[in-house]
Amino acid sequence: MPEQKKVLLRISNVSKSFPGTKALDNVSLDVYEGEIHAICGENGAGKSTLMKILSGVYPGGSYEGEFFLQGTKCQFAGVKDSEQFGIRIIYQELTLVPQMTVAENILLGAEPNKYGIINQNQLYSQAEQLLKEYDLNVPCSAKVSSLGIGQQQMVEIAKALSGRARLLILDEPTSALTIDETETLLRIIRELKGRGVTCIYISHKLEEVFEIADRISVLRDGKLIGTAETSQLDHNKVVSMMVGREMESQYPPRQRQVGDVILSVKNWTVVKDGGASRPVVQDVSFDLRRGEVLGIAGLMGSGRTELVQSIFGEYGKRVSGELILNGEPVTINSSQDAIKHGLALLAEDRKQLSLILKHPILTNVTISSLRELLRGGVIDQNRELSAVHDYRDRLAIKAPSVHTVVNELSGGNQQKVAIAKWLMTDPQVLIMDEPTRGIDVGTKYEVYKLMNDLTSRGVSIIMVSSELPEVLGMSDRILVMREGTMAGIVDNDNVSMEEIMLLATGAA
Amino acid sequence: MKGLLAVDMRSYTIVLALVVLWIALSLLSDGAFFTPRNLSNLFRQGSVVAFIAVGMVLVIAAGQIDLSAGSLAGLAGAIAALMQVRWLPALAASTGWTALASGWPAAILSIAAAVACGVALGAVQGVWVAYGKVPAFIVTLGGSLVFRGWLLGITRGVNIAPMDPKFQLLGQAYLSTGLGTTLGMIAVAAVIAYRIYSRINRQRYGLTVRPVWLEALATVGVCAMIIFFVTQMNSYRGIPVPVILLLALAGLFTFITTRTQFGRHVYAIGGNIEAARLSGINIRQSIFKIFMVVGAMAGVSGAVLSARLNVATANAGSQFELNAIAACVIGGTSLAGGEGSIPMALIGALIMASVDNGMSLLNVESFWQQIIKGLILATAVLIDVNSRKGRD
Ligand SMILES: Nc1ncnc2c1ncn2[C@@H]1O[C@H](COP(=O)(O)OP(=O)(O)OP(=O)(O)O)[C@@H](O)[C@H]1O
Ligand SMILES: [Mg+2]
Repeated sequence: MPEQKKVLLRISNVSKSFPGTKALDNVSLDVYEGEIHAICGENGAGKSTLMKILSGVYPGGSYEGEFFLQGTKCQFAGVKDSEQFGIRIIYQELTLVPQMTVAENILLGAEPNKYGIINQNQLYSQAEQLLKEYDLNVPCSAKVSSLGIGQQQMVEIAKALSGRARLLILDEPTSALTIDETETLLRIIRELKGRGVTCIYISHKLEEVFEIADRISVLRDGKLIGTAETSQLDHNKVVSMMVGREMESQYPPRQRQVGDVILSVKNWTVVKDGGASRPVVQDVSFDLRRGEVLGIAGLMGSGRTELVQSIFGEYGKRVSGELILNGEPVTINSSQDAIKHGLALLAEDRKQLSLILKHPILTNVTISSLRELLRGGVIDQNRELSAVHDYRDRLAIKAPSVHTVVNELSGGNQQKVAIAKWLMTDPQVLIMDEPTRGIDVGTKYEVYKLMNDLTSRGVSIIMVSSELPEVLGMSDRILVMREGTMAGIVDNDNVSMEEIMLLATGAA
Repeated sequence: MKGLLAVDMRSYTIVLALVVLWIALSLLSDGAFFTPRNLSNLFRQGSVVAFIAVGMVLVIAAGQIDLSAGSLAGLAGAIAALMQVRWLPALAASTGWTALASGWPAAILSIAAAVACGVALGAVQGVWVAYGKVPAFIVTLGGSLVFRGWLLGITRGVNIAPMDPKFQLLGQAYLSTGLGTTLGMIAVAAVIAYRIYSRINRQRYGLTVRPVWLEALATVGVCAMIIFFVTQMNSYRGIPVPVILLLALAGLFTFITTRTQFGRHVYAIGGNIEAARLSGINIRQSIFKIFMVVGAMAGVSGAVLSARLNVATANAGSQFELNAIAACVIGGTSLAGGEGSIPMALIGALIMASVDNGMSLLNVESFWQQIIKGLILATAVLIDVNSRKGRD
């Protein structure tokens, strides 16, 4: 290296094991002062575990090795200690209190006070100043619950910066953001860098990583594979470092035999529960054919999730609309009805809506198909076990056993468990809402292959996704939503990303 | 529902706590605690709360709570008493069906009335919680006032007695020693057979099994507990009928919670209600059923209580629900929902009953008894919460 950079953080021979897994294996790594250091790796590579060590979630003594901040050895007993040291971490899952205002959240635990009585005016002015300083565009007195995910993310950043942050860690901050929101976030991070804040940035989206990082480190199976300047790397190199082999393409080839119409949605209009306001989904009609993948694109908040959840019988109130399945009109008022008719919905947020995190893989996978496992009203445990083993092998779920608690799996493997649950119901229509959110390139490819496999067996898939390349890579047709209405439905040949964006934003 | 060893560790700790407690109480009472007669009493006394604890496991595992079970047990016990003391004799007098007024018919109708009362009122609360969307805490807090008030109303504050001799058997009879021994041997054989069967099964699926010594030790431990229990009971008067009924019902509900669709749904709802909803579980129906179950168990508890004491009083069953919740929690049922085991809750109930019994034996003043029980409950949760592996 030509110029001598100052090391802010030195990680030296850090290892950490969980029962049955070695999450980190002798990792040594330097982070320079003022740089944006990206860490890439497949699901379960150990990225989050390393960050949890740095932030004191896993206290000193629960891992081997050591790390130094500006030469001082760190031994944190908890998160509070690391905050004192100026290490701030932002998770993918937001940690804000939704009922409180933006300002209250930003200064939560550090409220300006006298004898314990909070000075409201100072609280708001302090928060306002902070937001202005970093050019974050959020209203200070708004309730957090009224903000979109992107804005909440900014509040989270402001909160992190309210202390004296020397090292800002972002663990998959953009997985729930729209393209615009992502751009804003990247801009903010760059500005922070200009102010001397050092950043560790974790993301499965390599485009972002290349756009923003000064250096990139790759972890695989808990080991550091290498660190290099971004300029010396390219997309393929990073991917092959991550997966340990060359990846030919991001999407498996599409060869679909599309059949007859299996599901028709007609004039579908839905309002929020209780709210008599503007419909969240308005007059949407489309057909789904046997063995096809119908992509649903649109901006965040355009009603995509609401559309699919209401078809599944679990969102709001239907004002008008008809569902025709295999030529017969059907009424679906609940997930039970939906499953009975062969529909499945892989929900958007796996931790909140798909999985029971504290339960083992086994019961998570079978919860929707217990009926099939009954013998004389009793669950046949042998059949249950062997069925779940089949799915574990088929989807290559990485876990010590099927009795492993889902919480202990990495994001990608959790998603596979959720997928297994729905495959087990043997659906004819599988709705996938953001199926690859927060999962790595290798696993994504597996999910895509699985989708192709399903369609070749005659299953029809509706895929909601915010990632346009994925929509274009996987769909036969693309339905674009805009502000609750259907902006268009196009065949996926020779459509460009720009055309889809144009439909989604309505900007001409 | 955690990993195999984690569950094991927790149950070993609880059993160990029970053993330590018994040794301590025996030493403090110069052996008076550890006599077959006292142990027999302890089991009989403890069973009334334990019935409720069995139902409470389901309630808490589903992320709900029931604060009315004690009052409901009291009310159901009074219904059983009134049935045989007033209503059936009155019916017999007006219709001439004298056979109904006493003996087995009266006993059976009284028990049925108590259970029916529990199921019906449990169902009403279930409707409020599941379909009315009122939090269970509020519904059952209100319910406890309503039931207690109702109980005062129908008894007018006077004791209802005496019970029919046949009805009293429910709370006071003992199995013959021969029958007790036979049941004990069957239980030991069943435990050994089941342990071997499930071990072979797990191996067949390539699952981790406990080391042989641990498996053997655990099996020997359980069998020793059974043998100890049977011999102690037999050297007094035999196994008490309410205890056998409790074990039968606990076995039934353990089976239901672990091996049926309903049971899985209960845990899923408590584990993550949103995920459960989207997984095709009928949340309302399940919650409704859970409240019927706990109501039924409160009904049984009330009937057994009236039979054992040979009287129904206006304050019968007071604070049973708190003791039952304590039993569940000591047995490792998480108040956050999604976890909980009935056998462990029974051990929890036994711990609570032992503390009660032991302190009375030692003539501890009643204010101290309350303070100590409160501290035990809080400490149990403290240990439980902190021994759970913290995960983000
Ligand atoms: N508390 C835990 N108990 C047991 N195993 C764990 C625990 N936390 C993580 N693991 C395991 O450690 C490994 C590393 O997990 P980690 O969460 O660090 O992965 P990651 O690189 O952040 O993956 P992702 O991209 O999916 O978020 C995984 O195999 C995971 O299953
Ligand atoms: Mg992670």
